[in-house]
Amino acid sequence: MPVLQTRGLTRILRDGPQPVPLVQDIDLQVEAGEFVAITGPSGSGKSSLLYLLGLLDTPTAGELWIDGQDAARLSATELARLRLTRLGFVFQFHFLLPEFTLLQNVMIPMQKLGRLETQEMRERAAALLVELGLETGHDKRPDQLSGGQRQRVAIARALANDPLILLADEPTGNLDSRNGQIVFDIFRRLAARGQTVITVTHDPHLAAQTSRQIHLVDGRISG
Amino acid sequence: MGLVLELALGHLGQRKRQTLVSVAGVALGVGFFIGMMALMGGFQKYFITQVIDSWPHIIIKDEFREPALQPVFRVYPQGAVQLVSLKPRDELKGIRNAREILAALEDSPYASAPTLRTQVFYRYGSREVAATLVGIDPKREMQVTQLARDINQGSLDALYSTANGVILGEGLAKKLGVGLGDMLSVTSPVGAVLKMKVVGIFNTGVTALDNFESYSLIKKAQVLAARANVINQVRLRIPDVSVARQVAQELENRFGYKAESWEESYSNVLGLFKVQNGVMYSAVGAILVVAAFGIFNIISTVINEKRRDIAILKSIGLSEGDIKGVFMIQGLILGLVGTLLGWALGYGLTEMLASIRFNMEGFVRTQGFILDRGLKPYGVAALFAMLSATFAAWLPARKAARLNPVDIIRGAA
Repeated sequence: MPVLQTRGLTRILRDGPQPVPLVQDIDLQVEAGEFVAITGPSGSGKSSLLYLLGLLDTPTAGELWIDGQDAARLSATELARLRLTRLGFVFQFHFLLPEFTLLQNVMIPMQKLGRLETQEMRERAAALLVELGLETGHDKRPDQLSGGQRQRVAIARALANDPLILLADEPTGNLDSRNGQIVFDIFRRLAARGQTVITVTHDPHLAAQTSRQIHLVDGRISG
Repeated sequence: MGLVLELALGHLGQRKRQTLVSVAGVALGVGFFIGMMALMGGFQKYFITQVIDSWPHIIIKDEFREPALQPVFRVYPQGAVQLVSLKPRDELKGIRNAREILAALEDSPYASAPTLRTQVFYRYGSREVAATLVGIDPKREMQVTQLARDINQGSLDALYSTANGVILGEGLAKKLGVGLGDMLSVTSPVGAVLKMKVVGIFNTGVTALDNFESYSLIKKAQVLAARANVINQVRLRIPDVSVARQVAQELENRFGYKAESWEESYSNVLGLFKVQNGVMYSAVGAILVVAAFGIFNIISTVINEKRRDIAILKSIGLSEGDIKGVFMIQGLILGLVGTLLGWALGYGLTEMLASIRFNMEGFVRTQGFILDRGLKPYGVAALFAMLSATFAAWLPARKAARLNPVDIIRGAA
């Protein structure tokens, strides 16, 4: 069974005087363990598609199943629950909470899930940070880190609840090429372990390192 | 819940000064409310206890609520009749069937005392003071009012042992310049004059009584008023003052004469208390509304500043309820801390007011503020503060919960 499946997925903005199609008629199927890159020129709807797949946005038409569950049938609370248990997000901006330490930031999804004891959460968060190359300074605040380090903490947070799918929206967009490569190396390593990763990128060099590329033009899959 | 609380505390911790100002706003509202309530509640309670102690709970008077119908009206109840310049018949005023009324009251659970109340002039040397003379039966009066207790010079019994004895209110005695044992000349409206001896001076603490009331045996009052064997008031004391109004109504229905409860006798003052309370509630309400604006302000600011955090928390999987909770808790914390500090402030304020000494003569005479140290104002203030804090937090929190993470994430890139 695919971890993610869409049929005719469409999102049209109707706020302005003219309806603006963001993505149209996306038929997609992602199997467990795939490392997928969504590419395309800016404005082609890459991020919009990712937000739909990540249940952050609601499609105007079409169907979406995640882990066999029909997203259209779920309430807002159930969608939030599905994001918490099955999905992990990494964005272009790190979105770490400034008043919390790195360890606390990584622990937030686990705290919300509430399956582990506090001590176990701390250990898991620390292990994730170490795995992503942050051996020390777990009690620092995000503003004491470099951009590359912050993005790795954000990845650790996305992995906190062992998600079915890791969704990344231009995760290297704010990083230099060296740090961007580090992030992609991490993704590759995760994918090699069986972690499903879907990332949006406009960098063909990085996209080439994935197992599958989906190219969008004007909100539709091309080629 | 732990996470939501942690997030809330994190937000407040980042805005210490604004948090402090918001808390101070709530604390001021709560504190002043408690202080004012202690002050006004204390005064009102004191006044009411004094009245209940030194004034009969119910007075049956020789009056009727509705004037007696003229014969013409009785014959033509629907007729368009207007009568002017009717001179009332000259009749002896007083309660006609007093003996039966008193006998009937003997069998009731209420203590009763017959009195004749009349206006008199006291003359002492060149001083002349108008006052009320209440002719009483001291033995029965003792069961109805606390007059015996309030007499601080002389005694109630001296009315029996002294011929033509009179007991004056302290203010009245002061105005006349008389002391115990002095002889006064008393003149009544019908022209009778009697020499009377001051055998007692009382002080109830209620100015209206102390300055204008005096007591003698009922016989002496009847002589002065030239109304032998007549009484015009029956004074009653009932076991439960809170039902005075209903009991008065019953008595009025039963005997026909106007029966006035203490609430009715003092309705002007009690009405004033209501106005006073209304003014205070609005003033304190205004302080708390301002405090609520402070809370609304800080939480709106935090939400604006934390839009990105809200977006990521939602994408992580926190529900709308969780987000709302984060900001509601902040409001509740501000309300709660403000309330606690306000309690301390209110307590301090009450103690400070209690330590102020001065002499005052208004409705009552006192050497300082009379304070009510009850806990009710603390509860009421806390309720007000928490409700307004909750509401002030709920408005922006609801908006925060509805923020669309996609809009924010797009904007942040």
